[in-house]
Amino acid sequence: MKSLMKNRIAWPVIALTLLLLLNQIFRPDFLSLRMQDGHLYGSIIDIMRNGAPTILIALGMTLVIATRGIDLSVGAVVAIAGAASCAYIVASPEPASPVTAATAVLIAVIAGLLLGVWNGFLVSTIGVQPIIATLVLMTAGRGIAQLITGGQIISVSNDSYKSIGAGYLLTLPISILITAAVFVLAAVLTRRTALGTLIEAVGINPVASRLAGIRARNIIWIVYVFSAACAAIAGLMISSNVTAADANNAGLYIEMDAILAVVIGGTSLAGGRYTLVGTVVGAFIIQTLTTTVYTLGIPPEVTLVFKALVVITVCLLQAPKARNLLRNLKAGPKPGSKKPDSKELGSKEKVAV
Amino acid sequence: MSPLSTLTPPTVKKPSPARSRIRGGARYAPTLATLGLFIAMFAVGAGMYPSFLSGQVFLNLFIDNTFLIVLAVGMTFVILTGGIDLSVGAVVALSMMVSATLLQHGWNPAAVIILVLLIGGGLGLLMGLIIQYFDIQPFIVTLAGMFLARGLCYVISLDSIPVTDEFFTNMAQAQIPLPGDLFVSPGVLLALAIVAIAFFVLHHTRFGRTVYAIGGNEHSAMLMGLAVTRTKILVYALSGLCSAIAGILFSFYSLSGYSLAAQGMELDAIAAVVIGGTLLTGGTGYVLGSVVGVLVLGIVQTFIAYDGTLSSWWTKIVIGGLLLVFILLQRLFARRA
Repeated sequence: MKSLMKNRIAWPVIALTLLLLLNQIFRPDFLSLRMQDGHLYGSIIDIMRNGAPTILIALGMTLVIATRGIDLSVGAVVAIAGAASCAYIVASPEPASPVTAATAVLIAVIAGLLLGVWNGFLVSTIGVQPIIATLVLMTAGRGIAQLITGGQIISVSNDSYKSIGAGYLLTLPISILITAAVFVLAAVLTRRTALGTLIEAVGINPVASRLAGIRARNIIWIVYVFSAACAAIAGLMISSNVTAADANNAGLYIEMDAILAVVIGGTSLAGGRYTLVGTVVGAFIIQTLTTTVYTLGIPPEVTLVFKALVVITVCLLQAPKARNLLRNLKAGPKPGSKKPDSKELGSKEKVAV
Repeated sequence: MSPLSTLTPPTVKKPSPARSRIRGGARYAPTLATLGLFIAMFAVGAGMYPSFLSGQVFLNLFIDNTFLIVLAVGMTFVILTGGIDLSVGAVVALSMMVSATLLQHGWNPAAVIILVLLIGGGLGLLMGLIIQYFDIQPFIVTLAGMFLARGLCYVISLDSIPVTDEFFTNMAQAQIPLPGDLFVSPGVLLALAIVAIAFFVLHHTRFGRTVYAIGGNEHSAMLMGLAVTRTKILVYALSGLCSAIAGILFSFYSLSGYSLAAQGMELDAIAAVVIGGTLLTGGTGYVLGSVVGVLVLGIVQTFIAYDGTLSSWWTKIVIGGLLLVFILLQRLFARRA
C-alpha cells in the first residue's frame, strides 16, 4: 500500500523531471536563474508565473474531485471575477488608486464565493450531479461576464491592480507568492485538521460518511466554495496580468487544464484519494509542456495534439487495468494471475453501485 | 418502449395497473414539459411579433440547427448509457477542416465525405475502446479526444478555408419546396432521417434496448448476458459518426472550414439532450425529446434575433437558466419515482 502511494506521486515527478531535462538538453541555459533589477528571471520562474492561475484552480479542483465531484464552472468564474473587478475600477471615481484596486479585489473574491455557494447549493442541497450542476454556471457564467463588461474588453490602468499578476515582491512574482500561500493554507487545513479526512470519507462513500456522523453536505459545500474562490483569485491574476477583462477568452478551457493537472497528479477521479502536491506537479507538467513545445521549435499549433497524447498516455499508465497488464507481462503468466481479475470485478461492482 | 419498464426500475416489484400508468406518464413528463415550453415560447413570439407565426420561421429552426440535431442524437445514445462525450464540437470542427482542405486540393466530394465519416467514427471507436478496456472515465477520455481533434484542426490550418466545391455549394443553396411557399434545406431531410433511424434503433432493436439497460444498471445488464462491452464501445463510435455528419452539415451551412468553429457546441448538444428530458444518470430519455431540446435552443436564438435590442450573451444566460430549470424538474421527478 505504501509503495502504491509512493508510486502515485512518483510517476508525475518522473514525467516532470524528464520534461525539464529535455528542455535543458535543447537549451543549456534553461534551468539557470539570474538576478536583474532585484527580480529573479529564468524559464523556471516563467513556468511558475504562467502556471500560477492553473495551479490555483487545480488546487480547488483537487478537493472537489476528492469528494467525487467536478467543477466545470471555474473558467466562467475566472471571467466573471476579472469582469467584475475591471468594471468596478473603470467605473470608480479614482481608477488609479490602491484603495480602488483593493475594493475591486474584494468584489471579485466575494463574487467568487457567492458563485461557489451557488454550485455547492445545487450539488449538496438539491442533489444535482456535480458535472451538470456546474455546467449550468459554465454556460450561463460567460454570458453573465459579458453582461458585466457589456461585450467589450475593459482595459484598466491601475498599478496596484497590475501588480497582482505582473508585480514582484522579495524578488519573486507576486502571483507565485499568492499561489504558494493558498497551497500552504489548503495543505494545512486539510492535512493538519480533520477536514482532509472528512473530504476523503465523503468521496469514498457519501452515505457511509453521513451515517458515521459527518455532515457530508457541509463538506461538499466547503469544497465548491473553495474551488470558486480559487478561480476568482486566478481570474484576478489573469485579468491583472493583461490589465484588461476579456469575458470571452479569459480562462477559456482552464477547467480542462485544471482537471488534467489533478488527474496527472495522481488524484483519483472516482473520489476519496487526493494529493495536493501531485496536483501542483501535474499543473507544472502542463505548463512545462507548453514551454517545451516552444523550446523544441515545434510549431505552437501542435501543442494541443501533444497535450492530448500526453494526457492519454498518463491516464493509461494510471489505469489499474493497464498496470495489471504491465505487471502480468513482466511477471509472465502465473498461477495467481487470476487475482487482478477478481479485483477488477470488485472495483467495477463499486462503480456500478 | 413498454418492455423496457421491466428492465429499468428493479426496485418496484409488481405495480398496480393504476400506478404503472402514473409511472408511465412520469417517464414522458420532462419531455412533454419541454414540448409545452416550446409551444408556449412560439405562442409568445407570435403574440409579440406578427411575422413570428409563420411556417418558415418554424422550419428555419430546423434549417439553422441541422448539425445540432444530429449531434444531439449521438449525444443521446451516449448519455443514455450514463456516459458523456465532450469531443463532439471539436470533431465537428475537424470534419469541416478535413473536408475544406481536401476539397481545396481537388478531391471528389463523395470521397471526402466518406473519409470524414471514417475519421469521425474511427475517433469515436478509439475513445470507446479506451473507455471500455482501460476503465477510464468517459469524461476524461473524450476530453483528451477533444484536445486531439481541436489540435489536429490547428495542425491542418490556422486560417479559415473557403469551400468552393460545386456539390457543397449546391447543397448550401438548394431549397426543397414544400406546399404553402415554404422550403427546407436538404440537410434538414438528412437530419430528420437520422433522427428516424435513431428512434428505430433505440426502441426496436436489441442494441437500443441494451443501451437503455446499461444506463439503468450496467451491472445487472452484464449479469443478464447483454452485450455491454460491445454496446458501450459502439455508442461512442456512433457519437463520433454523428459528429462527423454534423461537421459535413455545418460545412454545407457555412461553406468554410475554420479551426475555431463549433467551439462550445458540445455544451449546446448536452444542454439540448438534458432539456429534452434525458436523465444524465442514464437509462431514461428519448431521442425525439432531444430534437425538441434543440428546437427550444433554436427558438431562444430566434427570439433574440427578433428582439434586436437584446445582446447575444443573453442566449447563454437563458440556456443556462433553462438547463437549471430542467435539472430541477428532473430531480423532482426522480424523487417522486
